[in-house]
Amino acid sequence: MQKLKLVVVGNGMAGMKVVEELLKISPDLYNITVFGAEPHPNYNRIMLSPVLAGEQNFDEIILNDLSWYEKNNIRLHLGKKIARIERSRRIVQTEEGLEAEYDRLLLATGSNPLILPVPGKDLEGVISYRDIHDTQAMIEASKTCKNAVVIGGGLLGLEAANGLKLRGMDVTVVHLAPWLMERQLDRTAGKMLQTELEKKGLKFLMEKKTEEIIGNNGKVSGLKFSGGEEIPADIVVMAVGIRPNISLAQSAGIHCDRGIVVDDTMQTYDPRIYAVGECVSHRGKAYGLVAPLFDMAKVCANHLAMMGIGRYTGSFTATKLKVTGVDLFSAGNFEGEGEAIVLNDAAGGVYKKILINQGKIIGTVLYGDTVDGQWYFRMLKEGQDISEIRNHLMFGQNHLGNAGHEGHSQASLMTDDMEVCGCNGVCKGTITKAIKENGLFTVDDVRKHTKASSSCGSCTGLVEQILASTLGGGYAPKTSTEKPVCACTDHTHQDLRRAIREEKLLSIPETMAFMNWKTPNGCATCRPALNYYLVSTWPHEAQDDPQSRFVNERMHANIQKDGTFSVVPRMYGGITNPEQLRRIADVAEKYQVPMVKVTGGQRIDLLGVRREDLPAMWADLDMPSGYAYGKSIRTVKTCVGSEFCRFGTQDSTKLGMTIEMAFDRMWAPHKVKMAVSGCPRNCAESTIKDVGIIGVESGWEIYVAGNGGIKAEVSHFFAKVKTDQEAMEYSGAFLQLYREEAWYLERTVHWIARVGLDYAKSRVVEDEKDRKALYQRLLYALSGERDPWKSVVESRAKPLFEFVEA
Amino acid sequence: MENWIRVCEVEDIPVLGARVLKGRGIALFRDGSGAVFALKDKCPHKGGPLSQGIVSRGQVTCPLHGMTIGLCDGRAAPPDEGCTETYSVKIESGQVFLWI
Repeated sequence: MQKLKLVVVGNGMAGMKVVEELLKISPDLYNITVFGAEPHPNYNRIMLSPVLAGEQNFDEIILNDLSWYEKNNIRLHLGKKIARIERSRRIVQTEEGLEAEYDRLLLATGSNPLILPVPGKDLEGVISYRDIHDTQAMIEASKTCKNAVVIGGGLLGLEAANGLKLRGMDVTVVHLAPWLMERQLDRTAGKMLQTELEKKGLKFLMEKKTEEIIGNNGKVSGLKFSGGEEIPADIVVMAVGIRPNISLAQSAGIHCDRGIVVDDTMQTYDPRIYAVGECVSHRGKAYGLVAPLFDMAKVCANHLAMMGIGRYTGSFTATKLKVTGVDLFSAGNFEGEGEAIVLNDAAGGVYKKILINQGKIIGTVLYGDTVDGQWYFRMLKEGQDISEIRNHLMFGQNHLGNAGHEGHSQASLMTDDMEVCGCNGVCKGTITKAIKENGLFTVDDVRKHTKASSSCGSCTGLVEQILASTLGGGYAPKTSTEKPVCACTDHTHQDLRRAIREEKLLSIPETMAFMNWKTPNGCATCRPALNYYLVSTWPHEAQDDPQSRFVNERMHANIQKDGTFSVVPRMYGGITNPEQLRRIADVAEKYQVPMVKVTGGQRIDLLGVRREDLPAMWADLDMPSGYAYGKSIRTVKTCVGSEFCRFGTQDSTKLGMTIEMAFDRMWAPHKVKMAVSGCPRNCAESTIKDVGIIGVESGWEIYVAGNGGIKAEVSHFFAKVKTDQEAMEYSGAFLQLYREEAWYLERTVHWIARVGLDYAKSRVVEDEKDRKALYQRLLYALSGERDPWKSVVESRAKPLFEFVEA
Repeated sequence: MENWIRVCEVEDIPVLGARVLKGRGIALFRDGSGAVFALKDKCPHKGGPLSQGIVSRGQVTCPLHGMTIGLCDGRAAPPDEGCTETYSVKIESGQVFLWI
């Protein structure tokens, strides 16, 4: 088949992101031709400020070098500006008259800097700040000139001023508004920023309107303001704003307002022509930051690939200034209608303002301490109701894990050699370097390249902060609700759960086909998730697929670093007897088990077992599997309780054993740990469990969503009940709700943080009918589940257990 | 001396699964297309048993730390680096032969 012709006008970040995404999902559909007005391959525009400041050189910020275009068979025309589009013949033409035909045309023409219409604007030494050419002109000027004036105290102007100052120039910033960055900051924060920058040696002239740029022999010599005042200048940087570059589209008769008008699929009014990036106007909005461009690019690529999924529905943007030593963050609407919560420590240099309307955050400005910026921003984007946490909102989430990085919670205070990721030994410097040199934009990118945050994830918050401060406005965290499961699909976990339930999908291939999976067999991320959703939604009907389970669940044992396994038999409620212990001892001797260990969950772990010994060992043990390896119920830890303990008020061992027997073999989105304590002294540590039960004189108190691991989290009080039977029913119903609605690999603590404790209470505590139904569904799912060890031992179908012999 | 050795039937290896050739430390994989591959059962990263990983089209993910290895060439997927040994495989009337 003849390939279609795709022509891309604009060789910048937006256009090439579309091409990259397109090559990923449909590499053979198009012959691709790219026209770039600049003579360089695609570079990382948001890193121009570090280049100006001398922290990086141009080569380091190139995103796609020439060999990338070659490797992907992309015809690249550099330094060629497209002068016109002839839509009837479907061709574009460069200024030199070079023509190219298209079946689909992508406009990614970016934006132009605004130039003030004042006399002298064309003098030599008047520079805008938009591309590498401008940056180099500024660097050159800084070598010979002394006085620099930057017109515009916005994000770009301040970054330019900072860079020129670092290059040794005497810099004055001229600004029309009464305070800096007036579109992102309120007066207080703006003034604090000014004070901070003045300490760095920048000068400011506020509320000054430039009337004329004065010249001498065709070169800039000074600036004149409307009051008549003059200042000397050797170069003038105009950073007063940008305007979508729409002249080409306009001349071709494509509908434009401020930008090229596109719909939610990034299509213009000409269905063969798409547009992305700073040149577009989407739902009346034009964006000047990188993060929205990437979202647009994904959607656009999907439609160019004729897959027809995905809509771009607009972006919330947040701002961060990339000036070393200055911490500020701003998002949303911060001066509109609403209730403001303000913290203002002028002497300490910290200012925080959160604006709330109808129980939701609508905007925030942070200065000096921006640790919680991403957290507020996420709640703002998700429209989360914050009424319940309003009292603590200002004090931050402290959402970082509390282990593995010496208690650090503020990335900006860390030096380059300090460890961020304690699991993989990754320092801050390694992460910043990778972000800059490899052009990384997301936490996932950082995980792939550095391994930071890829194991336990407790340092994710720190990594996000490092991304945000390195990329400035280029970083926009995806909220978990909109993040696709993995690269195999554009659908979210929520989409999958819904489709499997509503369409009654019963197998992985069926689900992949229905949901338009992009890869034939999925991957190690999506397959286990799909498998769990299927078996938990349709118990006894959906087929469990062992090949889509992680090795531990497939082998019913826990893999160790050397490829051996550990074996943990069930001891209900942590209660055992001499006969069981003798059998365990015999097995340990017979199979020469290198280590026998008592676990934290009150049972015995046999470590270092060879894979081929597993079935025989299980047969000799003749005890049920302890599921110490699964996303399933692990243990129900108990204290001694009223049977022996002189303080015990309730029989905790009995209830613990009953629960563990009843809920045994229960698969869940993640591991589930439970505990039953016989009195409020809480010796079984019920308050850090997924479900913890504490006995009191008058019955049982049930606590949920605690966690003892990566981030210690004390559980929340859930309900008070009188009888053992009620304790079972409430716990079971809570767990069933978790099984039915949480996302794969989401612990109860994260799930409850997402949906709210009130929601779980409304379903389980307040609605008796719902509770009973949930509990019945759990019992139905568990009915007839066989012990996996016994099944393997009895089947004898594969005596060699996953081996073949030549 | 190296030659073709019959190791098992294709059907002994589950689709999207693996089996290990006993005593040799060689993992046999069968991917979604039905093709059979053989790699040394050792991840180039920390020596994890690749045979225990999750298999998808043309690749296996090591169970220890999640490195993804190509079934054809034994190479780690970028940006990771590393390579594990591969073995030639042929299938004749449902029988799997290895060149070892």
